[in-house]
Amino acid sequence: MIENTIGGLKPAVSILISLVILMGALGAALVIGETPIPLYTIWNVLKIEAGYPAPEVNPIDHGILWSYRLPRAIIAMACGVSLALSGVVLQALLRNPLSDPYILGLSAGASTGAVAVAILGFGAGMLSLSGGAFIGALLAFGFVAWLARLSKGNSPGATSSLALLLAGVAGAQLFHALTALIIAKSADANQARGIMFWMMGNLSGSRWPDVYLAVPIAMIGAVIIYLHSRALDAMTFGREAAQSMGIRTSWVMTILIGTAALLTAVMVSLTGAIGFVGLVVPHAMRFLVGVRHVLLIPATALAGGVFLIIADIIARTLIPGQSLPIGVVTALVGAPAFAIILVRSSRARTS
Amino acid sequence: MHVQVKNISLSIQQKPILKDVSLEIESGQSLALVGPNGSGKSTLLRVIAGLLKPDCGQVIVDDNEVGNLSPRKLAQRLGFVSQDASTTDAIAVYDAVKLGRTPWLSLMSPFGSKDKKIVENAMCEMAISGYASQQFNTLSGGERQRVHIARVLAQTPQIFLLDEPTNHLDIHHQIAIIDWVARQSTTVALALHDLNHAFVCDRVAVLNKGQLVAYGEPKAVLVSDVIDPVFHVATHQTTTTHFDHPILTFAKSYRDQ
Ligand SMILES: Nc1ncnc2c1ncn2[C@@H]1O[C@H](COP(=O)(O)OP(=O)(O)O)[C@@H](O)[C@H]1O
Ligand SMILES: [Mg+2]
Repeated sequence: MIENTIGGLKPAVSILISLVILMGALGAALVIGETPIPLYTIWNVLKIEAGYPAPEVNPIDHGILWSYRLPRAIIAMACGVSLALSGVVLQALLRNPLSDPYILGLSAGASTGAVAVAILGFGAGMLSLSGGAFIGALLAFGFVAWLARLSKGNSPGATSSLALLLAGVAGAQLFHALTALIIAKSADANQARGIMFWMMGNLSGSRWPDVYLAVPIAMIGAVIIYLHSRALDAMTFGREAAQSMGIRTSWVMTILIGTAALLTAVMVSLTGAIGFVGLVVPHAMRFLVGVRHVLLIPATALAGGVFLIIADIIARTLIPGQSLPIGVVTALVGAPAFAIILVRSSRARTS
Repeated sequence: MHVQVKNISLSIQQKPILKDVSLEIESGQSLALVGPNGSGKSTLLRVIAGLLKPDCGQVIVDDNEVGNLSPRKLAQRLGFVSQDASTTDAIAVYDAVKLGRTPWLSLMSPFGSKDKKIVENAMCEMAISGYASQQFNTLSGGERQRVHIARVLAQTPQIFLLDEPTNHLDIHHQIAIIDWVARQSTTVALALHDLNHAFVCDRVAVLNKGQLVAYGEPKAVLVSDVIDPVFHVATHQTTTTHFDHPILTFAKSYRDQ
């Protein structure tokens, strides 16, 4: 009847098409820029770096491509995958279509954590920065969940969608303010990355060492989340129904919210807080492949990666000679999408 | 499977919800839980389903205490339909019913043709095969209820726990559910509002303010002396040739004014 196909395509064909789209986006990210680099140069650079004989390449082009554009595109991809998957997880577990790490304040908490570590100076290496961000993200989530629960009082049943969103707004604002405060108070303000970086995200600092952290984390997170697709499906009719179908809901929620917080934290510590990816991408993919997580998770991962690669190309090239924070681009797409989802979901509730 | 409920007490936020409730459902028998709104029917079903831990007392299913079984093992034995399970997801009816297979599936045993057959039979039994690809959220209340029941049918449990399964249903489908309960060779416990429906069950338990006030065969329990003080009504029994049990009708009670 309804099998694992997307628009009648066999899984193998879907995977092939997906990989072509991903390669296309990566290719575009390498070609497009202030100095366009032709595809054959890219091919030659890749061959040289892999240790194969290839014709001479202009060393400046080689440097731009290998040291800047390629790691930046890979970070964009890992970040897009991570944030979009965090969105899927939060939406399914909190039974709230408007959930996303940025809206629920996880990203803001991660910023605060990372900034605190950087400025209090625990070596400020990438790992301690990510660790601080992880603790910050968990604290922010705890705060938002507590606030949403508080507003619910003793009345039984799930927390309302609106209460959760308002708690998220409060949490995000609080942690953004803390971030700004810590940066402003720090003696060496120049050394710290700017407030703008932590609030809107920026990929211009992406280098290879960041890739070695971002890619494994994104992959591990994606695998953990994918292995829980059946549990996420079982949450469709709420936590109690999932439990009655044999899901250890407390355990699943701990693991998956922890994973979402980790993914968000690592990406925020590398790129700053980029908004709306976790909201826009999963919803678009639900239109395309439906709500079942076996398909939704891989589709969202792919589309999240492609979305941020393209958003970064736009951020780099929209205003010549100037690189916009990537969060500006994602918010320009995401805010209207948020409005549409809000209207649709409140209609679905009242009908 | 045989269910024993032993001395269950439960308080939520210091408010006692169930007070020392004990009852038993023999293997293959059916039990109707009746009682006014807020008397604890849903809470008792949740405790039996292992979804709520009682403060004291035990629920024993065959030889296992419910609290000691893993959620998966429990779900393979017990199927539970709550009073109001809704979703904002655009899930298709077929996929919703398919969720019932969850406790039987794993990485090693993915959804196969046997599972597909079970899902299709469950949909057939609840007369929702025609809605397979329709979205759950576009169904009427009664159709949604039938999807939920089909979902636990697909779960193939040995005990069904149904919380007001006839809610939202038209009379045809109410009778269909009650008739299904009567025909079951599986153990069933269900909360009911229509006391006349309870006559098809083997046992009836009457709850009032968290206490079990009567428990036994329907003809012994569903009588004016038991019902009137609990529901604050005046119950009249009529006998007809159409049914092998009396028909109850209710009027306003003037006794406790
Ligand atoms: N989570 C909860 N928090 C507080 N009170 C609750 C909760 N769940 C149930 N109750 C209370 O327990 C009592 C019994 O509820 P319930 O089992 O749903 O009754 P019934 O299903 O018989 O209508 C009610 O008074 C209800 O208000
Ligand atoms: Mg109830």
